Amino acid sequence: MSFINYSSREINCKIVYYGPGLCGKTTNLQYIFRRTNPEQKGKLISLATETERTLFFDFLPLALGDIKGFRVRFHLYTVPGQVFYAASRKLILKGVDGVVFVADSQVERMEANMESLDDLAINLAEQGYELTKLPFTIQYNKRDLPNVAPLENMNTLLNPRNIPSFEAVAVLGSGVFETLKNVAKQVLIELKKHY
Amino acid sequence: MSASDLVMYEEEFNKIDDELQKLYMQTNAKVVFLVDKNGQLIASAGETHDLDTTSLASLTAGNIAATGGIARLLGEREFTILFHEGEKDNIHISLIGARVILVVIFDKRSSLGLVRLRVKKATESLVKMFDEITSKSEREKSEGKLDESPFAEISDEDIDNLFR
Repeated sequence: MSFINYSSREINCKIVYYGPGLCGKTTNLQYIFRRTNPEQKGKLISLATETERTLFFDFLPLALGDIKGFRVRFHLYTVPGQVFYAASRKLILKGVDGVVFVADSQVERMEANMESLDDLAINLAEQGYELTKLPFTIQYNKRDLPNVAPLENMNTLLNPRNIPSFEAVAVLGSGVFETLKNVAKQVLIELKKHY
Repeated sequence: MSASDLVMYEEEFNKIDDELQKLYMQTNAKVVFLVDKNGQLIASAGETHDLDTTSLASLTAGNIAATGGIARLLGEREFTILFHEGEKDNIHISLIGARVILVVIFDKRSSLGLVRLRVKKATESLVKMFDEITSKSEREKSEGKLDESPFAEISDEDIDNLFR
């Protein structure tokens, strides 16, 4: 649910990074935070456990610039990836405008990826959304590791609709902004359709 | 995008802003703000300059969402009021209708009783205002009145410029 304020001339949109535990959702936000000008970003808030696993969510507000005199703000959220935080994951998806699915490219995480993707579709449906109708981008993360699955295999398993996908190494930043840019673009195009 | 998008025009925004200013004065609070359930800040009044209102808004919404989750597990529809007491500052969070959250931060210059009383009064007016906003944007959408919308002409170039 985007929030359009004609009085302060602002558009606020919510983008959620989803994916299995340890796939790099928080790492994406941390990289974006590091590489954005101070005047364009707010604080990066992480509600994490002592071992730096996301407990509830990470939150990063970004104000990238203006479109037609409206300040465009994106609120980036991550969900806690670990399976047993299912209840919290559902809450974060409320009011989402666009989703990034971060997949872990390691062969042994393929099942976790598929499980998480199913979980995403179910949780969205519970909120009255359909994944096929929502701005959606896939990121194949950790491409620098030795044990990664070939892209075609990952596409077959995770991306049968052939939606936009990006290879990434989030710790080093490659593919991070490409992914964000793609989903943000889809969100704005969707906004254009409705208003 | 869902039908629940919130579109706010100047006229309604001013009314809401006035109501918040009034509540701020009447409660002797430090800060009063209004957040939608998804964590977007709608309006605020009081000493906001030192506060990271964006983060506050998102965390408040997270708080309400988590509490709502607990409520449903217990078979309650929702817990409409949350109160956190600190050493110096206290925070009173309440749900307005089903979609916005009213937050009052106050210290010893005020009291919980006063805040509760005034929040209750303000809630009645705010519920009406948000009902009007919802019906107005639905009406305008169905009448196709949004042709002056600034978004109709968004170009790929505009979007690319954001990421320079």
